[in-house]
Amino acid sequence: MSDSPSTPRQIYAPVADTPAYYAREPAGIHPPLDFPGYKSTALRHPKQPLVYLSQGITEVTGPALSSLAPVGELDNDLTRQHDGEPIGERTVVFGRVLDTEGKPLRNTLVEIWQANACGRYRHRWDRFPAPLDPNFSGAGRAITDDEGRYRFITIRPGPYPWGNHYNAWRPAHIHFSLLGRAFAQRLVTQMYFPGDPLFPHDPIFNSIPDEAVRNRLVSRFSIEDTQPDWALAYEFDIHLRGPGATPLEEAV
Amino acid sequence: MFPITPAQTVGPYFAIGLPWPQGPHAVSPGTAGAITLRGSVYDGAGAPIPDFLLETWQADPAGRFADLHGHGGGSELEGFRGFARVGHEDGDGSFEVLTVKPGSLVLASGATAAPHIDVSLFARGLLHRCVTRFYFADEEAANAADPVLATIPPARRETLIARVANGGYEINIHVQGPQETVFFAI
Repeated sequence: MSDSPSTPRQIYAPVADTPAYYAREPAGIHPPLDFPGYKSTALRHPKQPLVYLSQGITEVTGPALSSLAPVGELDNDLTRQHDGEPIGERTVVFGRVLDTEGKPLRNTLVEIWQANACGRYRHRWDRFPAPLDPNFSGAGRAITDDEGRYRFITIRPGPYPWGNHYNAWRPAHIHFSLLGRAFAQRLVTQMYFPGDPLFPHDPIFNSIPDEAVRNRLVSRFSIEDTQPDWALAYEFDIHLRGPGATPLEEAV
Repeated sequence: MFPITPAQTVGPYFAIGLPWPQGPHAVSPGTAGAITLRGSVYDGAGAPIPDFLLETWQADPAGRFADLHGHGGGSELEGFRGFARVGHEDGDGSFEVLTVKPGSLVLASGATAAPHIDVSLFARGLLHRCVTRFYFADEEAANAADPVLATIPPARRETLIARVANGGYEINIHVQGPQETVFFAI
């Protein structure tokens, strides 16, 4: 069989453990790209309708972790990346990455980044006059195990002001990036902490129109996983889109 | 059925966690046939967006993926990742990816897909990723037969086609405005 670029090969073959198609995501789950309450969307959202793409092999495959940046043993512990410990509430954030059928996504990359306990990011554009913590960088990575579990040790991030509107404050949150197992599953989101009084005032949180859907981003305090004399624990499960039926209507 | 977790914006500070040192390299430097893919990302006022994160995913020249499952037997091109990630703490709106031109793909439907690269774009002000594709201007015949390009009005197809330039290819992304890039729902 020729491998010449000009000679397409029949490469599509269903592989065990791999969906041939991912289910379309229903409307109303993800926030709209045009959301006036969040001012930065004004010049950054497409105005033309999205074009429906019939999924091919490029969309149902995804990068192998072995080919990407290696994940070190301590990458999931944001409290041990410097000589000393960061200031703040030591916090365990854990959960599972699953698809919509409840199937664990094993061996997939979970990346997080966050502000420090004072609400300040270690980023040159963050001008919030709160102290940086020399012992906190605010970024971590983990790979899910066979049950789709991940676990980070960090400090609880602080809320912080931003320039969206008068007296605008972001609720405390941790940014999450999920590669999933296919291009179609790629997700970037934010995890929040239960009971945050800033929820009603945050346009980013409220860009998700449905309250029940929005609350999927709120972690659950877990007394069972809280470590005695050491750290509170919060559980955050993430569900990425799952397999869909062969879309006959898509056949060209 | 379990509920899907909704997206949120990547925000302005992702550069403290997401960029990797070799992130913009979808192939190892020095790979035979390596090309650079360059461009800029613009907002609706025509201003460069400095704080975007761009990711690419593609097959190798033989139409094989460096994927989790070994589709097509898996890429045999040494150092081929097929995945690149570009994002800067202090960006100027431009990106540059080192890669190889992907091969054509035969789809499950039997149709042949022209060489293409899938692209995810994230930014402050984008509440969810925008998905687009890069095609190649010197693949005219393959592009003409591509089933995805065929679904796009001819006047807008051009927004997806990278020009041959400077020993590689160039393509700009306009998230809004008269030259707005075609974005996909997948």
